[in-house]
Parts: sequence; C-alpha cells; structure tokens
Amino acid sequence: MSSIQQELVNIVGEDYASDRREELFTYSKDLGTSQPLWPEYVVAPKTTDELQAVVRLANETKTPIVPLGGGLTLAGLALPQKGGIIIDLKRMDKILEVNEQGRYIVVEAGISHGKITSYLKKNHPNLMHSEPGAPPAATVGGNLAIHGQGDLAHPYGFNTDMVNGLEVVLPTGDIARFGSCAVGSGWYTMHPLPDIGLFLGWNGATGIITKVSLKLYPCKKFRENNMFVVENEEFVPDVLFEISHLGMAEDLIATSSEIPPMMNRLHYISIINTGDSEEELEFKRHMTFDVQLAKYIRSGVGGIVSLYDERTRPQVSKSADWKKGGGFEYVGAIVPVSFYPECYRRGSEISGRHFIPYTVLGRVIGSCHSMMFSWSYAFNRADDATVKHARDALHETDELVMEINGTIWKPAIFGQKLMLERMDQGALRLMKEVKKILDPNGIMNPGNWEVD
Amino acid sequence: MNLMEYKYKDMIHRCFRCGYCKFPTDWSDVTNCPPYARFRLESYSAGGRLWLIRAWLNGELEWSPNLANIVYSCVGCKNCVEKCPHSFNDDVVNMIIAAKTAMVDEGKIPKAVGEFLTNVQLHGNPYGMAAKRREDWMEGLNLEPYKNQEYLFYVGCEGSYDTRAQGAARATAKLLQKAGVSFGVLGSQEISDGNEVEMMGEDALLEDLAKKNIKMFTDLGVKKIITLSPHSYNVFKNRYPDFGGEFQVYHHSQILANLLKKGLIKAPEQADARITFHDPCFLGRWNEEYSAPRKVLAAIPGATFAEMARNKKGALCCGGGAGNFYTDFLGGSEDSPARIRAREADETKANILAVACPNCLTMLEDAVKTEGLEDKIKVRDISEILTA
Repeated sequence: MSSIQQELVNIVGEDYASDRREELFTYSKDLGTSQPLWPEYVVAPKTTDELQAVVRLANETKTPIVPLGGGLTLAGLALPQKGGIIIDLKRMDKILEVNEQGRYIVVEAGISHGKITSYLKKNHPNLMHSEPGAPPAATVGGNLAIHGQGDLAHPYGFNTDMVNGLEVVLPTGDIARFGSCAVGSGWYTMHPLPDIGLFLGWNGATGIITKVSLKLYPCKKFRENNMFVVENEEFVPDVLFEISHLGMAEDLIATSSEIPPMMNRLHYISIINTGDSEEELEFKRHMTFDVQLAKYIRSGVGGIVSLYDERTRPQVSKSADWKKGGGFEYVGAIVPVSFYPECYRRGSEISGRHFIPYTVLGRVIGSCHSMMFSWSYAFNRADDATVKHARDALHETDELVMEINGTIWKPAIFGQKLMLERMDQGALRLMKEVKKILDPNGIMNPGNWEVD
Repeated sequence: MNLMEYKYKDMIHRCFRCGYCKFPTDWSDVTNCPPYARFRLESYSAGGRLWLIRAWLNGELEWSPNLANIVYSCVGCKNCVEKCPHSFNDDVVNMIIAAKTAMVDEGKIPKAVGEFLTNVQLHGNPYGMAAKRREDWMEGLNLEPYKNQEYLFYVGCEGSYDTRAQGAARATAKLLQKAGVSFGVLGSQEISDGNEVEMMGEDALLEDLAKKNIKMFTDLGVKKIITLSPHSYNVFKNRYPDFGGEFQVYHHSQILANLLKKGLIKAPEQADARITFHDPCFLGRWNEEYSAPRKVLAAIPGATFAEMARNKKGALCCGGGAGNFYTDFLGGSEDSPARIRAREADETKANILAVACPNCLTMLEDAVKTEGLEDKIKVRDISEILTA
C-alpha cells in the first residue's frame, strides 16, 4: 500500500478509500463520450474535517484532486485529467437547516437533489427548490460547480443565482464561508458583502464546496404541463417572449426531436403553470392561451397540444437508450432566446451528418434574459463508430456555438479551450492570478479552466 | 466466458449509470441499494457493477477477488429493477446473476460463496449440517410427515437449522395446528429450495435441486405448499414451473391472513405493542405481496402500527438476500443495511419490528443487538406475534 493510500485510509477508514483497480475503473469513466482517465485513488469523506485532511494531504504531496458529485456532467468534468485523487462527496449529504419563513435550506454539498425534493415534499410541502434538468442523483455541489440550471429557471435564473451562502474548503485545506453565514448571523443571504464569486462554475478548480444555503420558493399545490406547438421554428422566440411577459410560468422549455415521430420537425413549448386552486390555474391558462398566444391559435400556426398534471419525475436518462446504446452527451450553450431557430436548424444538420436523430431543447432562463440550448447526441456504447460520430458532432457543435457568439455551458475540455481562446485578455489574466493565489500547487482539478 | 458468450451481451452496455437505481420510491436518499448504502463507492451501485461486469467480460479488467466481492455483494433485492427508468429494467438483477454464473463456471468465486454452494450440494443446506438435524425445530410439536395432507409446510434451511429462525417455524406450525389446517412436513427429507443458489449464479445446482424437490413433491402427491420463507415461495412459484413443477404455493403470511379472516385463529390482544413491518424483498418486490403480512398485523387487537419511511416497493433490504445472510459481504459497519434498517425501525418508536422472512429475522435481530436497541425493540416473525 502506498503512503498516500495509507494516509487516506487513516483519514476516512478502509471502506471509503481505495486504490484498487475495480474502484478506480468506475471513476475513470464518464457517462458521455470522454476517453477514460484513471485516478490513482478514490476517497469518500463523510465530514468536512475528513475532507480538509484529504485536501491538506493532497496539497502537501502535490497530488491532484478532483471533486465529484453525482458524476452526471457527461462532459468529463470530473475525470482526472492528471491522475490523483477522486473525492466522491456523496457521503456528505446532510440537511442541516430549513428556515421555512426565510425560505432557505442549508445542506451539505454532496446531497442529491432527489433527497432535497423528497424531504421538502414530506416536511415543507409549501416550499420547493430548483432541481436541475438531470437525474435526481445529481448533487447540489456538483451542480453549482457547473453553473447548473433547472426548474424555476424562468422566474429565478441559474441555480447559482439561488445561493444564499457557501462554505468551501480551499486548496490549502482552510475553510472559508461566504454570505451572511460568514459573519455568524445565519445563512439567509449572499449580499451585501463584497462579491467573491470564486467557486461557482469553476468545476472545482478553486475549492470544494462543502455547505450551501439554497433559496427555496413557494410550492403551489397544483402543477400542470401545458404544451403548445408550432411548426415554424421562427415563431418560437416570440412565443417564449409572450409567455415570459406574463411572468407566471414556473418553467418554459421548447423542444424538438426526431424521435418520437410526433415531435419531428415540430416545436413543443412546455409551459409549467402552477396554482393553489383550480381558479388560479384556470386564470393562468386563460392568460397564456386566450390572451398571449391567441394570435398564433387564431391564425392556425400554433396550437394547444395538451394540458396534463405533471406529477411524475421526468426520466431524463431515457434519451440515452434511444439507440439501445446506453449513451448520450450534449452540448449546452447559453444563448439569447432569439437564437433558437438557427440553433435548431444548424443542430439538426449536424445530427444528420452523423446519423444521429436530432434532439434539441431550449430552457428559458430569467425573463428571456437567456436560454440554455442543448443539442443531444445519442450513441451506442458498444459501437465505437457511433461514439466517434457523437464526439465529432459535439465538437462541431462547440464550434457552432462559438461561431454564433454563444457561450458554451459546462464545456468539456475541448470546449473550454475554444472559450479560453476567445476570452477577454483581462479576464484571462485575472483567472490565472486568482488560480495561482488560491491553488499555488495546482492540485485542484487540474486541466479544467486552465489558463496557460 | 467472454462478452460474446454472455447471455446479456446485447443489453449490458445499455446501462447509463444515471443513478435512479439507488433511490427508493419516495426519492428520499441514494441509499436504497444495499451494497451502495454500505460502501458508498460507485463500483457498488447497480450501474457501477454492470459497467464492471462488462469491462471484465470485454477484457478491459482482469478478474480479481475484489471484483468477485463487488459482484457478489448484490443481494438481488430488485430495488434497481423497481427504479431503473429504462425498458430493460426487468433484467438488471438478471444481468448481475448471469455474471455470477460466469464466475461460477470459471471457478472464480469468493471463498464464502464456494462454501455455501458446496454445502448445499453435499448436505442440502448452506450450513453443512446433517440432514437429521433438520428435524430439531419440530421437537415436541407432534408434526406429521407429509402424506396426502392438503398442504406441505416447507420450512426451508433457515427455519430448520438457524436457532432463531426455528422460532418462526415453530410458531407457524403451531398456528396451522391450532387452525386445524391439514398439513405435513418433510423433516429430514427436506433439502434446499435453490433460490439462493440461483441468486449466486449456480444454475446447474438450482436445476438439480429443483428436479429433486419436484420429484419428491410429486411422488408424495403434494399439490399445495406453504413456505416459511419468501425465498422458497419465490423459487417454487416462479422457477419450478420451468422444470416441470406446478404447485399452488403460499407464503405463510398469506395463509395466516386467511386463517385470521375466517376466524380459525385469533390474534392475542397486545395493547402495549407498537409494531412496524419490514418488507422482505422476495415477498414484496419479487412477488408484489405487500398486503398479506399487513393484514396479519392489522388483526392484532390493541396494537398500533407504524410504517417505516421506506416501505413496500421502496423498502430497504436487510442485506441478507442472495446468500448474504451467510456470506456477509455487507456486514461489519454501521452502514450495513440491517443496522440502517434497525435504526429506521427505532425511529418509528415501535417496540416490535415485525418480519415475514427467516433471513430478515436473523439479520435484523443481530442488527438490533449490535445497535444496542434490544431493550427497545424486539424482532419478531408475524407468526411469533400471533403466538405471543
């Protein structure tokens, strides 16, 4: 046993530290198209103290560390680019506080979003948080490290806009708190202290988020998914704008996909309306369809597809199996809502070139301030040719995003390089300086957001 | 064995490792896969295990004792089957069992698994005990050997040999006698049912046991079987027909619920009892029988009932399935599933943790003791509660 492995065992116990090939194998592979990258160790701390000890050990020995949440980025962001220690944070999963009137919840960052949703449903049914558009095993910390977004994005923005406080283990092993919790008076706001902004969206390259205060929002008694459809993609931005004007929808998503056939070349706009009564829901339906979208319905270019209760959890991973192949990966881009038509057209062309049924989705963030637009590429894990096609399609899409002046969301290493090539020089210098100050030994998820 | 010879070669790559399989029905935590709850490393999740199996069969990974331990730590509880959103979900456990079969075929199995299988093959039970000792549990009960009675009461290996599980066997037999049910037992003629053998991947031994049991049952004229264990219930009901054995099979909870309904037995009043119930996987998720044991418990005058948060389809397994009550791959930690379950039972403030499976009985009784809860909560088979 190596000395590092022995130290890791001393810190977390032998069940939760491994340098055995079988454990490392699992952590060497992402769910997407990335090539395997092997760590030398995997460790699963239970407490912040244990995590601190692991980080200190890594810093002393200059061993790379890669924090891992649910491992669901699909873009290889928690694969060890330079070996070292994978830190699986999912044992750090406690709910520490719920302040019902203050509408926030304090959790350990390794907690799954599914657990929070379940807890709130049982104990605080009038409150909800934003679950990202990912399987429920996605963790809070992992999602914040990639600037995730999900439910409630339309009214409230990115998940990283919903943070009321953070605790972070720095690359030196020191702990820092940000927000009102930094001055000892609770976890109710990130403001008005000086902006730090060093840990959200950095893929864990600056520190490991250990505790988070998340904003909670009113959870209405009834939810329904109202679907509106148009054939002409050019109408989609305006439809979204019109609905966004109402400011009532909890979520607003446009999708189009080759499979199933009923969605092929049509654009379905999912409008999640909620209410505490049937009257409230009826009012929202009326305002949505009879007022805002009436011009589309009357002119015959748009129509209501369905109104149905939305009670079951979306099973997003199902798209991985459209080819009975167990794999998909997507490029997400943050773009203006007006980009939808071009993103759809160019994306479906890329899919066609690679023999992959096209699947696109645009989720409105804020009041049409931006949109997360994704192009998904399914592949067959058992067929290397399809994996290569998907990988090539992803790279072409990354380049497309750059060409149309979009911003790649949670880019893989390929996309990160494209972004860094175009990034403002002042911002680049600052990123480099910040990284050097925070992580002098370069141990934190090296290879990610790395400025030369 | 390589991937091309593997029964699920066209399916195993389809696992996306999305992690739905870790959750219970209410999504309350990622810890409803027993080995993942115990070890919390991805290799121990259902998805991680499937990826490892594929890598082994593909030649990406060499076999190792650790790989075998990971594969054999799957207790076959079917939580993954319940939660996997994909169309191949029914085969998730089957894919793991097939990998165990591949390891059996190559003689690459953990030592404890080898002992279990050898004991069953040589002695008809996993403990390696003499057939004569199968009758120990019957002492003083005046039970008749099976001879054209309406029911065969098949006790199974745990109920026959395990001193704690014998209590459940005795209680069930007494209740059947009290109700005037016509039944007989096999005594020292009884051999393993083969359920765990199959879960451990020993197909040939399952076939051998099934054929022997079917011949014995048929020769004796058995038409209806009452089982103490849901594991026996499962294999008799669902697998024996594949070998030509068609019997009417009942789990003892179903029989007891019916006897209570007909007034042939009465539950004693237990005003101080607050009962919670642990669903056995091979009765619940494998056979979708959730109501019979609850009907039994509901018939106890004065007792109050409290469900654990994870129940029915979402119940956390005790960790004893697929032979783990013997091989114990998941023991030795406060995160062992049985100890988690004991704490969850305690959270309901119950003073009786009711079970309907001899494996669960022994696993949870040990766990309650290890957790230091034995003064607060007693683990009882439903039959024992009715004979209290």
